[in-house]
Amino acid sequence: MAEITMTVNGRTVSGTCEDRTLLVQFIRENQGLTGTHVGCDTSQCGACVVHVDGKAVKSCTMLAAQANGSEVTTIEGLASGGELHPVQAAFREHHGLQCGFCTPGMIMTAVDMIRRHDGQLDEHTVRSELDGNICRCTGYHNIVKAILAAAEEMGGSAKVAAE
Amino acid sequence: MYATTYHRPASVDEAVKLASEEAKYLSGGQTLLPTMKQRLAAPSDLIDLRHIDALKGISVDGKHVRIGAACTHNEIANSDAISAVCPGFTYLAGHIGDPAVRHMGTIGGSIANNDPAADYPAALLALGATITTNSRTLSAEEFFTGMFETALEEGEMVTAVEFDAPEKSGYAKFRNPASRYAMTGVFVCKGADGSVGVGVAGAGADGAFRSPEMESALASNFAASALEGISIDPSGLMTDMHASAEYRANLIKVMGKRAVEQAG
Repeated sequence: MAEITMTVNGRTVSGTCEDRTLLVQFIRENQGLTGTHVGCDTSQCGACVVHVDGKAVKSCTMLAAQANGSEVTTIEGLASGGELHPVQAAFREHHGLQCGFCTPGMIMTAVDMIRRHDGQLDEHTVRSELDGNICRCTGYHNIVKAILAAAEEMGGSAKVAAE
Repeated sequence: MYATTYHRPASVDEAVKLASEEAKYLSGGQTLLPTMKQRLAAPSDLIDLRHIDALKGISVDGKHVRIGAACTHNEIANSDAISAVCPGFTYLAGHIGDPAVRHMGTIGGSIANNDPAADYPAALLALGATITTNSRTLSAEEFFTGMFETALEEGEMVTAVEFDAPEKSGYAKFRNPASRYAMTGVFVCKGADGSVGVGVAGAGADGAFRSPEMESALASNFAASALEGISIDPSGLMTDMHASAEYRANLIKVMGKRAVEQAG
């Protein structure tokens, strides 16, 4: 058995699990954070994307033991003080979801991509960066629109903050 | 996934001591963990190599590039130092899998697995790279021995990959749209001495290989048009549900031309 201690959404958590336990199982079943979804369970669909030490990873393809000692952010950790994260707000505004199953992974991927590109995104980049996230209802049109809108807003607020 | 025991060694020596016939080294785990989930692999122990400092880091000294085995595809793709001397290589790394996979997957793990559809082997063969393990140094030609097979002995691990950057480099691949693996990928490079390397991924039934026909055609004229007249022999190429050997033979030529155009 593995004794796991990690920071999840800013809170230090501990738990015991089998060494073979996947990070996504630890998050959902041990921590009760069911916002992170398991879609394909074969690292194709991206519904399980979380951030580990600031990087987007597929939590169905990482052991909880590998993430021991890491900082993990899940979809539950994005909003602050009842205020949606700009990417979450943009998905709502632009109707970037239909059934919502892929949405947590889409949003975690979007936050990661906006940060890596300093908010400088165009449609082509967004579409290729969404390579590892599959949506089976809406098509990607409104998801792309939402990410571009959020990038602009976040880029804009970053500029203001820098001044 | 069958039960396993996880280990996190801090040094190469400690990792090697944990190795056994039933154990496996775990690097990024982007192939090994899915394989274990499908119960196609059931190692008794997993030895995590991601916390060993000696396996980390990229250094570029003049034209000489050294990449630690535990460097992720994302670190390689975003290395300005490598990009300045060998842009074809960073382009290749930036087109493996998807962004989340690139944050975890490592060059050492990828080449130790030697998936016939993996990208790095084609580049390392074309570049005449050397692969350092905890016990020896091998040329890429010696290292890659067949489909999912390498010269690695039991308990031996890749510690670094090294090559001298060429004057020009380019990579083009035709991806399987579902798996994102290369159905065919071609890496081309031209050295300062005029020597040309062409490595092909995703097409060979025995894994990545060099293409002497394309190398000689490009040695006399390093231009996409030089590949116009050549024909690739489909014998020895893979046939599967995605493409026949003949289709892949044509893809090699098409991707080869695109890679040369990218190399400029």
